[in-house]
Amino acid sequence: MVDTLPIEMTVNGRRRALEVAVNSTLLDVLRDDLELTGTKECCDVGECGACTVLVNGLAVDSCLMLAVEADGAEVSTVEGLAQDGKLNPLQQAFLDKGAVQCGFCTPGQLMAAQALLAANPHPTLDEVQEGLSGNLCRCACYVQITEAVLAVAEGTPQ
Amino acid sequence: MSAVKVGASPWRVGGDARVTGHQEYVADIHLPGELHAKLVTLPVARARILRVDTSAAAQVPGVRVVVTAADLPQPVPRYGPQFKDRPVLAVGETKYHGEPVAAVAADSKAAAEAAAGLVRVEYEELPAIVTITSALDSAAPLVQDPALRPGDPLAATNVMRVHRVGWGDVDAEPADVVIENSYSFPMVTHFAIEPHAFMAAPDGDGIAVWTTIQHPYWLQRILSGILGLPLSRVRVIAPDPGGGFGGKQQIKYEPVVAFMALQAGRPVRLVLTLEETFQAVRRTAAEVRVRTGVRSDGTLAFQDIKADYLMGAYVDIADRVVNKGSYVGAGPYRMPAARIVARGILSHTVPATAFRGFGNPQINWAVESNLDEAARALGIDRLEFRLRNLARKGEAFIPWDTPADGDWQQTVRRAGELIGWGTPLPVGHGRGIAIGIKSGPTTGLSYSTVRLLADGSVIVYAGTSDMGQGARTVFAQIAAQELGAPMDWVTVVMGDTAIVPYDAQTSASRSTVLMGNAVLKACKSIQSQIRTMAARLHRLDEAAITVERGVVRLPDRELTILEVLKPGLGSLGGELTGNGESRKDAEPDHPLQGAPAFFEFNCTAIEARVDEGTGDVVIVRHVTVSDVGKAINPLQVRMQDEGAAIMGLGHTLMEHYIFDEAGRVRNLGAIDYRIPTSMDLPLELHSEVVENADGPGPYGAKGMSEGALLCVAAAVAAAVREATGVVIRDLPLTPERVWRAVQERDRDPAHGRDER
Amino acid sequence: MQTFAYERPATLAEAVALLDTHDADSRVLAGGTDLVLRLRSGSEKPSVVIDIKRIADLRPGIREAAGAVTIGATTVMTDVAASPLVRRHFRALAEAAAIVGSVQIRNRATLAGNICNASPAADTAPPLLVYGATVVAAGPRGPRRIPITDFFVESGVTTLGRGELVTAIELPVPSRRSGTVHLRRTRRRGHDLASVTLCCSVDEGGVTRLAYGSVGPRPVLFVDETGTLADPKADDEAKERILEKMFAGASPSKRSMRASPEYRLAMLRVLGRRALHTAIDRLAEGRTDG
Repeated sequence: MVDTLPIEMTVNGRRRALEVAVNSTLLDVLRDDLELTGTKECCDVGECGACTVLVNGLAVDSCLMLAVEADGAEVSTVEGLAQDGKLNPLQQAFLDKGAVQCGFCTPGQLMAAQALLAANPHPTLDEVQEGLSGNLCRCACYVQITEAVLAVAEGTPQ
Repeated sequence: MSAVKVGASPWRVGGDARVTGHQEYVADIHLPGELHAKLVTLPVARARILRVDTSAAAQVPGVRVVVTAADLPQPVPRYGPQFKDRPVLAVGETKYHGEPVAAVAADSKAAAEAAAGLVRVEYEELPAIVTITSALDSAAPLVQDPALRPGDPLAATNVMRVHRVGWGDVDAEPADVVIENSYSFPMVTHFAIEPHAFMAAPDGDGIAVWTTIQHPYWLQRILSGILGLPLSRVRVIAPDPGGGFGGKQQIKYEPVVAFMALQAGRPVRLVLTLEETFQAVRRTAAEVRVRTGVRSDGTLAFQDIKADYLMGAYVDIADRVVNKGSYVGAGPYRMPAARIVARGILSHTVPATAFRGFGNPQINWAVESNLDEAARALGIDRLEFRLRNLARKGEAFIPWDTPADGDWQQTVRRAGELIGWGTPLPVGHGRGIAIGIKSGPTTGLSYSTVRLLADGSVIVYAGTSDMGQGARTVFAQIAAQELGAPMDWVTVVMGDTAIVPYDAQTSASRSTVLMGNAVLKACKSIQSQIRTMAARLHRLDEAAITVERGVVRLPDRELTILEVLKPGLGSLGGELTGNGESRKDAEPDHPLQGAPAFFEFNCTAIEARVDEGTGDVVIVRHVTVSDVGKAINPLQVRMQDEGAAIMGLGHTLMEHYIFDEAGRVRNLGAIDYRIPTSMDLPLELHSEVVENADGPGPYGAKGMSEGALLCVAAAVAAAVREATGVVIRDLPLTPERVWRAVQERDRDPAHGRDER
Repeated sequence: MQTFAYERPATLAEAVALLDTHDADSRVLAGGTDLVLRLRSGSEKPSVVIDIKRIADLRPGIREAAGAVTIGATTVMTDVAASPLVRRHFRALAEAAAIVGSVQIRNRATLAGNICNASPAADTAPPLLVYGATVVAAGPRGPRRIPITDFFVESGVTTLGRGELVTAIELPVPSRRSGTVHLRRTRRRGHDLASVTLCCSVDEGGVTRLAYGSVGPRPVLFVDETGTLADPKADDEAKERILEKMFAGASPSKRSMRASPEYRLAMLRVLGRRALHTAIDRLAEGRTDG
């Protein structure tokens, strides 16, 4: 039985080849092996969404994915949102609308929102709330987060 | 560039780092050579420890430290913010489900987990007390060793302490109607999205500790006592927590992590799982019996309140919670007589600690609900009833204490307007309104140092903890405004006891007022130095010069601060430093050791409808109005109020610990402990503030952030009552609980029925 | 998480061989939303984990052919809920798939995995029962077709034999139009596990099907062919009699944290009646499957 396996994945546009422990999750590998600590760990049971990343464009809880399953995948994390140090429209909107308080759920919210808007550029309020219901915020900035997502949608040409 | 920063809502300081994933929380920080720790706990509520065998654990490759009570200094040090009752590791007995018996530290997380699983504890399960009734039973085992409370007549009971407040004569006060009921408030937990995390490392001949703590200096003091080190050799680094809500106020596992680090000579880090946080912190639960006396003219006669708060196995700060929370329990009303007896009761459960509201929500739930019933009994409109009896600004509502510090009727009227009180309701809908009050800090000490650098940029040192409420931004706004600097030229340094001067604590919504005033004073000191500089440079009398909000006014013209600073510093350069202190000294004879610096006052109004078939409560409209004095950052104020309102809906509608018969918590973790999601919001949530600049803080600010949580439950239950006629006195109002109440109503029309 | 051997077979035959060899010491990994949780908590400690997502025969997809819609084993809930085929022919299944967990869960969790996990509270089970699904399995002794009514045994247990794994779920395209709906009870409006999960269909021939879960060890199906339930003009008492017979089989767990047995049984009736009304309305308004 091998304890580690080699995988190759693209993380924020960059090819990464690494040896991962078979019993590690994508969350573990992102945070510990790749030192991308922007993605957060909270419930570890796929309930809170703090660990949300995009895998092949889809929002997933990285705590429920084995690292080996990410072999060959394209992974996007919060660190990849800003381009050349410039915040993307969603990040800007979060700050404009006050959708950030303690900030711990923010990376997960941003990634889930990013995926939501990519699939549905002009969502209704209900669709935003439902699309982000897998991201818990105990500071409860839900209203402001929703406003930020809708603001970006509004700013996007129809 | 606008000179006005206060009252505007500039981008959150630290927001950039949070949206890019670069904000460093404790769990994101790694040190070379670090070891990973894991706690060992037992799967029972209470047990006598017979033997702990760590030999197998110690054999696991990569394990460097294994520690039990026997490996610590003897007698095992005990600590706590109020009493030194809690041992670093369980001694002889574990007193709640989740109390650590041992801890291991290893090179990797995997090794630590494996080793923790191999620590063999022989134990004997003991009967556990997890309710108030069982704790008070004369045959109940004692949660705490009486030897820890020498000379205390209550030491032979599970009653930790009794707090009494009263005035007038409740038994002699005439009342036309007396309403008496009992209410209960459940055990709930903070569930900050960031679990607690701790790291300790030897630091020269001292120690450095990284922790999610809200009170770094208080922790420093306790740690220095436990470790026998001077304060100067105990460095506490407190990165901005990912949510605190009171659950990160006090010392938790820093001592055991520190001991392991000192033993190993290497950094040791412990990051709790979410389940472990549920086993580390919670709110006190409560059972409150209220007797309210009212007169037929609609005035209040008396409140006779007996509040039993269920604490955990160690007191933590819960005695203070009981004391302070119950103190204003009679409410912000003209009250001829009151008698409040509040008891803190120990149990074999998770130590209860501070939690947003600090003992007030529990008693508010009971008292405001009872007031609702009293109004109904008198046939008086529930809003009108409250307005009539509210203390007016400047009136004492606790005879000897700080009088009402706001126009509270204005707040209540506004809430009534916003909810459309008195307008026709759709069928099946109901409205409720309730008032919440909480004392601000009663003592305090905050220092701030502000440095105005040679180019006009500013560094503010403030020992407050910014856990999301936005303290950093508020202080930056104050300094930016006073010293005429752009917001992004102000750096706020927090969270390091080695660098930042002393701040007592971040709690009781105090920071805008206390630390804000300290920052303001530091800025004024700099302004005064600028004035002196200007006088020297321009050969004027100081009296002829004013410095205000970044502008230096000379008799014939105005200059910016920088236009004085540059020439004033001259070729050697340099900087100006200002220090500010906010001090509120203790009043030893006061029941709270000090009068409240201000009050948080909130009025919450709810419109709800109930699906009687299922018991689902839908909040159609949620209005929350808070009296804040001055909103230094209106957006942040709105976010705090709405966040508090939604958090209040949590314990109102869905949150509670579930125990099994043996006293173990069944719903640890996120799957079966439900908190509000984005889909659980009121259909409409509307928050507003009243700003009369009548607070003691900068620009007339008061503290805020807890008010909007205080009375949510009572307002919701009142709305449910109006919608369905059912009265429920136990939280949370889960669908099942509401359904049962409706069933009872339908079975027995006379019971619990209510005339609208 | 204890370590394990991670296998990623390229063919179905390899997967079957692995399962047959390791049997109870192995677990199939599709979406992982149930398994990874258990691996981490230690409640499952398989020595072999078999990732089936690279098997060509099991690629995700929803296809219609020869009067049946086939949903591949690795098809995720998001795609089931969004599929025009599913929405047209099996509306209640789309409804159920759309509320399993959160978006993040639905992007990984597979329909096949949901039924193999065999939680009595699986939201997709009642619709699959109502629509008469067939579980297509591959095993050491060849392929097998298992009617969904013969699939669930109790929590965590199905009738799959040693070495067998689900390759697809097949649903016969309905020959009659029907109004269908999926309803459930949760503790909050946000994502949650159901304390009652229920599906009802009424077809133009007057046959009513009602399936429910989370009130007993496995989800169950009842069929009323008398036409009484489907008839909006039928006697209330007559309907009640039939519904009560359908609900008589419910035996909710006394140990559940989510809801008491009394509440569950009551909600079964409340949701059952509401679902019946909605199904009848949808049929009448032409908002039908088929």
